[in-house]
Amino acid sequence: MSAVTGYRPAATLPIWAEVRRQASRRRTQLALGFMVLLPLIILVAFEFGGNNGDDDGNGGGAFGSLVDLATSGGLNFALFCLAVSAGFLLVVVVALFCGDPVASEASWGSLRYLLAIPVPRVRLLAVKLVVALGYSLVALLILAATGLLVGTLRYGWHPLGSTVAAAVPPGQGLLRLLGIVAYLAVIMLVVAGLAFLLSVLTDAALGAVGGAVLLWILSSILDQITALGNLRYLLPTHFSDAWLGLLSTPPQVDDLVKGAIAAISYATLFWSLAFWRFTRKDITS
Amino acid sequence: MSLSSRLRRALPRPTRRRVVSGSVVLVLVAGLVGWAVWPDRPGWTSADERITVKTGPAGAESVDLDARLYLPRDRGGKVPAVLLAHGFGGTKESVSDNAEELADRGYAVLTWTAQGFGRSGGQIHLDSPDYEVRDAQGLLDWLAARPEIQLDAAGDPRVGVVGGSYGGALALLLAGQDARVDAIVPSITWNDLTNVFLQQSADTSATGVFKKGWAGLYFGNGAASLLPDAPEPADSDPACGRFAADVCAAYLQLATSGTADAKTLEVLRKSSPATVLDQIKAPTLLIQGAVDTLFPLSEGDANAKGIAATGTPVKVAWFTGGHDGGAGPQTDQDRVKYLTVQWLDHYLKGEGGTPSDDFTYSRVAGFSALDRGLVTNGYSTEEYPGLGGTGSTQVSLSGPAQPVANPPNGNPAALSSLPGAGSRLSELLGGGVAADIPGQHATFESTPVAGAIDVAGAPTVRLRAASPTGEATLFVKLYDVDEAGAETLSAGLIAPVRLTGLPTSIEQAQPVTVTLPAIVRRIDTGHTVRVVVATSDQAFLTPAKPAVYTVQVESAITLPTVVGTPIANPQTVWRWVLGGLLLVIALGLAVVLLVRRRLRRRRHDETIEEYAETPLVVRGLRKAYADGFVAVEEISFAVQRGQVVGLLGPNGAGKTTTLRVLMGLTMPTAGDALVFGHRLMPGAPILSRVGALVEGPGFLPHLSGLENLKAYWRATGRPAADAHFDEALEIAGLGDSVHRKTRKYSHGMRQRLAIAQAMLGLPELLVLDEPTDGLDPPQIAEMRRVLKRYATDGRAVLVSSHLLAEVEQTCTHAVVVNKGRIVASGPVEDIVGESPSVQIEVSDVPAASLILEELGVRSVTPDGVSGLIVDMNGTSRSEAVASLVRAGVDVDRVVPRRRLEDAFLALVGDNSRGSGDR
Repeated sequence: MSAVTGYRPAATLPIWAEVRRQASRRRTQLALGFMVLLPLIILVAFEFGGNNGDDDGNGGGAFGSLVDLATSGGLNFALFCLAVSAGFLLVVVVALFCGDPVASEASWGSLRYLLAIPVPRVRLLAVKLVVALGYSLVALLILAATGLLVGTLRYGWHPLGSTVAAAVPPGQGLLRLLGIVAYLAVIMLVVAGLAFLLSVLTDAALGAVGGAVLLWILSSILDQITALGNLRYLLPTHFSDAWLGLLSTPPQVDDLVKGAIAAISYATLFWSLAFWRFTRKDITS
Repeated sequence: MSLSSRLRRALPRPTRRRVVSGSVVLVLVAGLVGWAVWPDRPGWTSADERITVKTGPAGAESVDLDARLYLPRDRGGKVPAVLLAHGFGGTKESVSDNAEELADRGYAVLTWTAQGFGRSGGQIHLDSPDYEVRDAQGLLDWLAARPEIQLDAAGDPRVGVVGGSYGGALALLLAGQDARVDAIVPSITWNDLTNVFLQQSADTSATGVFKKGWAGLYFGNGAASLLPDAPEPADSDPACGRFAADVCAAYLQLATSGTADAKTLEVLRKSSPATVLDQIKAPTLLIQGAVDTLFPLSEGDANAKGIAATGTPVKVAWFTGGHDGGAGPQTDQDRVKYLTVQWLDHYLKGEGGTPSDDFTYSRVAGFSALDRGLVTNGYSTEEYPGLGGTGSTQVSLSGPAQPVANPPNGNPAALSSLPGAGSRLSELLGGGVAADIPGQHATFESTPVAGAIDVAGAPTVRLRAASPTGEATLFVKLYDVDEAGAETLSAGLIAPVRLTGLPTSIEQAQPVTVTLPAIVRRIDTGHTVRVVVATSDQAFLTPAKPAVYTVQVESAITLPTVVGTPIANPQTVWRWVLGGLLLVIALGLAVVLLVRRRLRRRRHDETIEEYAETPLVVRGLRKAYADGFVAVEEISFAVQRGQVVGLLGPNGAGKTTTLRVLMGLTMPTAGDALVFGHRLMPGAPILSRVGALVEGPGFLPHLSGLENLKAYWRATGRPAADAHFDEALEIAGLGDSVHRKTRKYSHGMRQRLAIAQAMLGLPELLVLDEPTDGLDPPQIAEMRRVLKRYATDGRAVLVSSHLLAEVEQTCTHAVVVNKGRIVASGPVEDIVGESPSVQIEVSDVPAASLILEELGVRSVTPDGVSGLIVDMNGTSRSEAVASLVRAGVDVDRVVPRRRLEDAFLALVGDNSRGSGDR
């Protein structure tokens, strides 16, 4: 007889228990709530902000056209919500969900009690990771769904338009939108990986979240420096805008594939490091 | 604090491991950077040459050409050569990249700066057969004399000619003039300069419209292309720069009048490949750009037809680029390069099969999300369809006859393209540039098209026009208008039309057929086709006098269509890479999990039978941290069933580190801890029989006390009935506060909740670190009772404390540690008991010492000013006091001393800091 009756390593820290642990936290509720709020704020801005005219120089290529088209239908409105969030908001939210769970347990001092249950370290990390990824995905879906719902109620069910190619019929447009959501989810794996690794390395939850966001921004800045040439292809953010390719007809998926390869490679690397480190380190918090 | 010591604290201590891993990372990064920036050893060598050739109509003049010969480094024998010509205004340097690539592929490449440019002598004769073409013939002679070059016959080198624009026309003209040329690849070049600069899109004999934008740009370019050390022109006329006199005069005449006189026409005609096409015998790969308002697709089409007419092999390819669009997207550049190499390899090296006659082109698919450039899809058809397409679609247009005004001196003028502005391809194809002036254009529009039309070729419309002057210069444009009303002028291409002999009234006007510039575009379902007839354009010269014309486009526009087979995209290989990556990750994960499971089973199944019934055995435990700090030197003890063992020591003695090992949080450096015979390690299942409180409570601050306990129990995955919440809550004694958030708890409340949490499930071994920390005296008393009771049913408790009294009153056994080592251990009563040692405070220490020694005690040690510590050795305390009093020594105090205290004080007496902060 090794363990006490009723104890099975594989039954410790059930996924659902971790979901509830996180759900009761204020920051989880706020982050998810903001995903609902953002489309509403954008809608209000469009409704009461008035026409900002053609002469304020927002001719920023494809992105500028997304602004112009945002009010042309629910699909475009949802797309716009995703586009404005992809660069920063989603990064912060994903970093929050993935950078927080381990580091905050460590800072509360509850991590050592979970490990003394004992929840096997690999299981603890795996459950935390799965739940964090789940929350990140839910946030992304909530954003897209709210945008789609609000946009459709206000602007109607119209084809997905872009200045790049012909408008895509609504049915297919919805598929494209789902494709964009899926790609954003894949790209965010880099942030998830980085934040999770930092979460394991530090006891300060904010350090993990902020560090991941900071490195993401750093990578974006480096990507702007064309002098770096082909080295930029190695940056995790290089293909972060490739989802725009899904707006053209036929969809251009080549950059999406490359972006997915980069994101999955980076995420795998970061997660491997996180597991490797966590299963060996002395828990001192 | 000095800066250096601050730095030393801030930086991690340089341990051996850190130094090694740091150096490895440094070396890796340095290696990677070095590898990235290390220049490749090129597969070729190059040498600059000054080649003097005979030139001029009679071959009597000499001109010095600035040239460079690239030779492949590893050539087995003689190699075929490529003459690589540059574009207008360029030099041999502008084609160096192409030259290097071809040299890498095993060709000797000769580049040179055409006469009139750069450091070459002579003047610009616009690819005149008497000058530039003759120069190139001289270069062929020069090549034939080189020992490295393969020869077809004496004086006849195996040679291909490659060039774009100015260089492309040279390739055509040279192949027409010199039969020694074996293959040519002219790209984005002209067929007839008359048509180029006097463009006429209607089927009339009237002279066309002067393309002033491009003409002026090139004239300025040629005139200004003087380098500081360039040869001084023979007659430096500031109006002409390095242009030859006849070319200069032709331009001045043309630009002034807008029409060409006989002399001008002769100059233009002479420089046109159209005159020599029937003499070209060299297989020709013609590459023409679809985004080119200077030499549109129709020029390449005319060349292709002219050469093919004599049976010479011709292959045509279009790409999305040109004089307006540049080199185009990467996929197009790759395709053009591939075709070029394939062509040269076959016709010069004799490698590879005969290139097929298929025709390839590309169509814009959208923007690249990454650099906002264009993305194109490639298509192929079995043979070149010309500009008429393989099929055609009629789209009806409607609109009444409309009056349009010709602005005086062509100002303001509509905008269609920006010659030479290097404008971004995406803007040209995505709308944005084109703008029409109100009142100066007429609009004829279709209804939304029912199905997408894949236009590839030159659309045609029939146009009627009336003019009070009998003449009209008009520009016909085809817009693709999307549902939102945004109109796009494909590639900025427009059809200039100059009509003469027009009636004054539209009713009498005869229709003329206008052939619009060839485009490659998909007009999507729901878009409309808009034909605009404008009177002015900034790129063209229009009549100076104001006039009002009336124009009408007849009922339909004919759109030639081509349905091509999509060219397989080489990028699809990345999809396989992605699939492979996912597979590798899945496999790797599976392997890691399997190996781990096997290892864990082997490790955890070990039981040491000898200790199977002992709650805790610690054997030779040692813990040294990575930075060299030793927290625990060597600790061994055991906790038996029914015992409450106290781990006593000053702060920093190593108690907490020991307990951390017992919780599986820390791996010991040496020794081990066994719980019921199972070795403790992180995640060992045996930990489930241990309840613990180490280093203070740890709760989720946003949950209440009860919720925290429940969340903790959920995490164990064990049945709720096993938890014994009621007992635990009773021990915590929090009352209604159990429903408040733990963030609002006092230290003592948290401590009690933590003890309750440790007791959840009533574990057989309870490990508590400083359990009475923060509790008030009644609670401490209660806790003692709880712990004693807890250990009754064969369970055991291990309590750590730095307080002597606590251990004494709570524990059955004690283990005293200091500086990582055990100083004393055993049952508390054994250690405490009635000790033979007494502390006595007296008025006269020397006298008292004497009296006591006479009584036969073992030792008398002074303790402070008036104290003595006496080892009684069987003498009773009352006897000692009586003797002292009898001798007249006042006794203030007699305190029995116990061994535990002795031991403890011996440890901490002189240095209460212990061995360090732990």
